[in-house]
Amino acid sequence: MKILAVCSTGLGSSFMTHLNIDKALKELGVTGVDVDHADLGSVSASSADAFFVGKDIAEAASGLGDVVVLDSLIDQNEIKTKVATALERHGVEVPA
Amino acid sequence: MNGVLTVLLDVFRQPSIIVALIAFIGLTVQRKGASDVFKGTIRTLVGFLVLAAGAGVVSNSLAPFGEMFQHAFHVQGVVPNNEAIVGQVLVEYGSAAALIFFFGMIVNVALAATTQYKFIYLSGHVAFYMAAMIAVIFGVAGFSTWQVILWGSIAQGLVMTVSPAIVQPFMRKVTGTDDVALGHTGGAGIALSGLVATVTRSGKRPSKSTEDIKFPSGLGFLRDTTVIIALSMAVIYLVVALFAGPDYIQGELSDGQNYVLFAIMQAATFSAGVFIILAGVRVVLAEIVPAFKGISERLVKNAKPALDVPIVFTFAPNAVLIGFLSSFVGGVVGMTVMAVSGTAVIIPGIVAHFMTGAASGVIGNGAGGRRGAVLGAFANGLAITFLPLLLLPVLGDVGLSNSTFSDADFGIVGLVLGHVSSAGGQAAVIVTLVVALLAVYGSSLVLRARNARGEQAAAAVEEKETVSAS
Repeated sequence: MKILAVCSTGLGSSFMTHLNIDKALKELGVTGVDVDHADLGSVSASSADAFFVGKDIAEAASGLGDVVVLDSLIDQNEIKTKVATALERHGVEVPA
Repeated sequence: MNGVLTVLLDVFRQPSIIVALIAFIGLTVQRKGASDVFKGTIRTLVGFLVLAAGAGVVSNSLAPFGEMFQHAFHVQGVVPNNEAIVGQVLVEYGSAAALIFFFGMIVNVALAATTQYKFIYLSGHVAFYMAAMIAVIFGVAGFSTWQVILWGSIAQGLVMTVSPAIVQPFMRKVTGTDDVALGHTGGAGIALSGLVATVTRSGKRPSKSTEDIKFPSGLGFLRDTTVIIALSMAVIYLVVALFAGPDYIQGELSDGQNYVLFAIMQAATFSAGVFIILAGVRVVLAEIVPAFKGISERLVKNAKPALDVPIVFTFAPNAVLIGFLSSFVGGVVGMTVMAVSGTAVIIPGIVAHFMTGAASGVIGNGAGGRRGAVLGAFANGLAITFLPLLLLPVLGDVGLSNSTFSDADFGIVGLVLGHVSSAGGQAAVIVTLVVALLAVYGSSLVLRARNARGEQAAAAVEEKETVSAS
């Protein structure tokens, strides 16, 4: 499974989201999930299984397929919950 | 022996190798496995070369633009775009910039650990651009290499600590927490926006929040950097091409190619160059920033991450659009003033107006509602138009390259360091940096005393409450 964090330049906030998703995966005890970050211009629906974006680019990213919209990029609890649901949606087992 | 030394010197003069070494250190302190360290180091080396290649593409498209502008208006036309200017600068100042970037992080962590300013600057890309500008200014001032790196790193660390600190009072109003800070080279302009919004706030009839407005959707394409740069540059190139005229362009620049097509292709090429540079920067930072984050979290208690501007966009999406438009209007007003007064002309840089203007809108809205968002972002727009103009002379030859640094912090830091060093040389720079360090520590002591008093008062209240409860 591959998760991609996306923002408009693919430099700052998507990178932070990427690192926070890594952290969430570690907290959830899940391994073997590929995480990366990129800019809106160079991703397509086939780039990853799930795309994490901030509320501000939700509209622009809506064509990517499985898009997870984060209400806040700094709320680790929200990221963790949404990562867990995304994993389950793609059939990756999350240890309880 | 001498031969070995020459080779070593040659090696260290290669910025890509310096950056790769920094990545190597970063990966090693994260205790990554040998294969990850190897992979990351090579990726960084290649990433830096990608960046340099993008710089070539950008300068090739900017050169005819500069000539067209000069021919049409008889003044220098400058496009402020961080990626474009940094790409060009790194070809000459890359090694110094990379080392200032690296040691500046260490200074930032040290300052955060020893003062009340617990900000850890995690926006690696803009920090890297700042390091590049500092390298240029100290290089132009005639400092020797090790002096550029020593004083540059201290200046860099100070900027990384102070910039988030001046935005933080306004940032708290937006996020409702003190745990996160804003780390962006637009910091001074964004803080200015907060200040303007606070000053213009009316006590009697407070302006409503921007978020009560219903906005039409469909402006989503504005979020895509590649599209927005290509579009805006196409407009700018076309206008300039029309003024320069087909005879000049087809005769001198395009080798006979139709001048409208030529202008559009050059604009698209510019966007392509920025795209390449961004890809390079992304690869370079991917291996370095996580190490910095990990180390700072371990060394600094209560560290507050200073993050890139889009983190505030989610708090007030309407203010993002209002702020961008208002800042851009400020840029157009500033450009008109320059055109009339016959100085070099700073063309509004779309990316800078979008990133820092939008953040100014959000911060202005937090401090003073709709009116604050509009006026604050407008002030930012003026600042990021006039500051780059004043910055041009201190950048030496780099100031002549048709592109320049865009955000407000570059302007402020560049002007202070540039003018201090040209007025008083190295001694004056050292004095300025020492004074700045003392100011940071002095104000930190004041803050600590105030916080301690606050805690005492809180404790006293709590004690009273327990007493009365029992």
